[in-house]
Amino acid sequence: MTRGLYLGWLVAGTLALILACALAVTIGPATVTLTQVAGSIGWHLGLSAEPGAPVLVDAIVWQLRLPRVLTAALVGAGLALCGAVMQSVTRNPLADPYLLGLSSGASVGAVCVVILGLTFALPVAAFLGALLALTATLSIARVGGTITPVRAVLAGLAIAQLAGALTSFIIFWAAKGDSYREILNWLLGSVAGASWGSVTIAATALIVVGTGILLSATRLDAFAFGDTSAASLGINVNRTRWALLGGVALLTGAMVAVSGAIGFVGLILPHLVRGISGPGHHRLLPLVAVFGGLFLVIADTLARTLFDPRELPVGIITAFIGVPVFILLIKRKRSHLWA
Amino acid sequence: MGVDLKHVSFSIDGTPILHNVSASLKSGTVTGLLGPNGAGKSTLLRLIAGIDKADTGSVSLDGITIGSLPRREAARRIALLEQNAAPSVELSVLDVVLLGRIPHRTKLMGSFSGDDDRAIAVEALTMVGADSLVDRSWQTLSGGQQQRVQIARAMAQQPSLLLLDEPTNHLDVSAQLALLGQVRELGLTAIMALHDLNLAAAYCDQILLLDEGILVASGTPAAVLTPEIIGTVYGVDCFILEHPRGGHPVIVYAAAEAS
Repeated sequence: MTRGLYLGWLVAGTLALILACALAVTIGPATVTLTQVAGSIGWHLGLSAEPGAPVLVDAIVWQLRLPRVLTAALVGAGLALCGAVMQSVTRNPLADPYLLGLSSGASVGAVCVVILGLTFALPVAAFLGALLALTATLSIARVGGTITPVRAVLAGLAIAQLAGALTSFIIFWAAKGDSYREILNWLLGSVAGASWGSVTIAATALIVVGTGILLSATRLDAFAFGDTSAASLGINVNRTRWALLGGVALLTGAMVAVSGAIGFVGLILPHLVRGISGPGHHRLLPLVAVFGGLFLVIADTLARTLFDPRELPVGIITAFIGVPVFILLIKRKRSHLWA
Repeated sequence: MGVDLKHVSFSIDGTPILHNVSASLKSGTVTGLLGPNGAGKSTLLRLIAGIDKADTGSVSLDGITIGSLPRREAARRIALLEQNAAPSVELSVLDVVLLGRIPHRTKLMGSFSGDDDRAIAVEALTMVGADSLVDRSWQTLSGGQQQRVQIARAMAQQPSLLLLDEPTNHLDVSAQLALLGQVRELGLTAIMALHDLNLAAAYCDQILLLDEGILVASGTPAAVLTPEIIGTVYGVDCFILEHPRGGHPVIVYAAAEAS
């Protein structure tokens, strides 16, 4: 693909993301127009002197829908980046924060501090949970110094099950009220409770870790033929891999802290976007972040409107879309390379 | 560039892999690294490439100790071709060759696969006669074509030392000869691990023969590939003839029933 065509995709994707966010804010039980959305945002950002929408509409836009839509966009972008990085440094086309157990591990950490009422420590606890789960998965999967993709997925499955059970147990044991819904939100993922606090956490993590990841694009390319090849291309393999996986754990932790464990975004988006951008990470990473955000904004809008007034955890939607793609990936001709 | 190995020893988890290997290889020569499976050939190549560090002893290139170079600096001088390397994602031939430019990119963002890199990559493909493959997908290439593209990748790295780990594995006879001929034509200092003694005799200026991590013989093919040494190291009975054209040794193994 030529540079111009690629930039076209990037610009088109970004515009689509902005448009999808704006439209998503208008969709819901109360009717809100695009003009009112723009007016409300403009007023809160101090761009216009007058409130551009009635007080109630303004509250719906600014307090409820906008933080939720932005959180969905940021989480989608972050998870898609995590998947792209993990697939490169573990050389595993099935790698993804959800399949390898990071998201579930982060949920355990998050639930622990929520139960203890230490919500300020939420992102840190989720990060530690993700890191622990990642370390556990990779050490279980490592046999004789190598980690095959299939072993990694099996180990991730075990860790995810264990972490899911722990999350459910902790909530049952400690929570009052509607513990089923709360468990579902952590296990399947939901941005229903998103606030401006969620946006801040997700945005900070995405900007800090995402910048580091974008600056590592060349290093990620070097892993294409494996560790020895990466080392012979001048990469400090162990240091690079652990720095990047640590970044992934941090980003996953922040995303899970605000949205629970949303599956399949990190798995399928990199595969779909590689079809457009090619395998080079300088092109893949920005595009996968944009499309990851777009994907989750759309999925979340579906989650809250399909069965209105009932609301689905967004993870159900991403699974309905993600699992068929996952099956296609497994069935592909060259899947023998994965074992 | 000239390569000097001084008393190199290396072990993995307490198991000695290489013991006290010393050799001196002149610039521009092609060296065959021979030995039975598990003799330490691949490990020695990794040490020379600077990927692993020798426990004791040193590897130096033109007098510069490899261990003292940052990884990227080493990668600008030395290219290594692994055996049976396969990528984890679908790559075009050009993508593969461009990987060789990584050590030459600026540290942070690198180029956006800049035009210079592209020109160097195409030139490297032309050098190995694979420029017609540039847009093909790596996965659709034959084994011989893949090795040729790997050599182009190594050439795009613009090294002074080329290391090859069993480059003729899984190739048919004509592809084997073409590949080794190519390595000689490049005019670089090259060290290649080989299993086929006859190919080594035909294409190498000198031979290093390893057995259980010890350098048991080194020198010209005629000096190293004798019935006595081959019998001791490989435990096979053989005759040495003279090649009717090149004059280098040709090894003929005694058939099992004859011995």
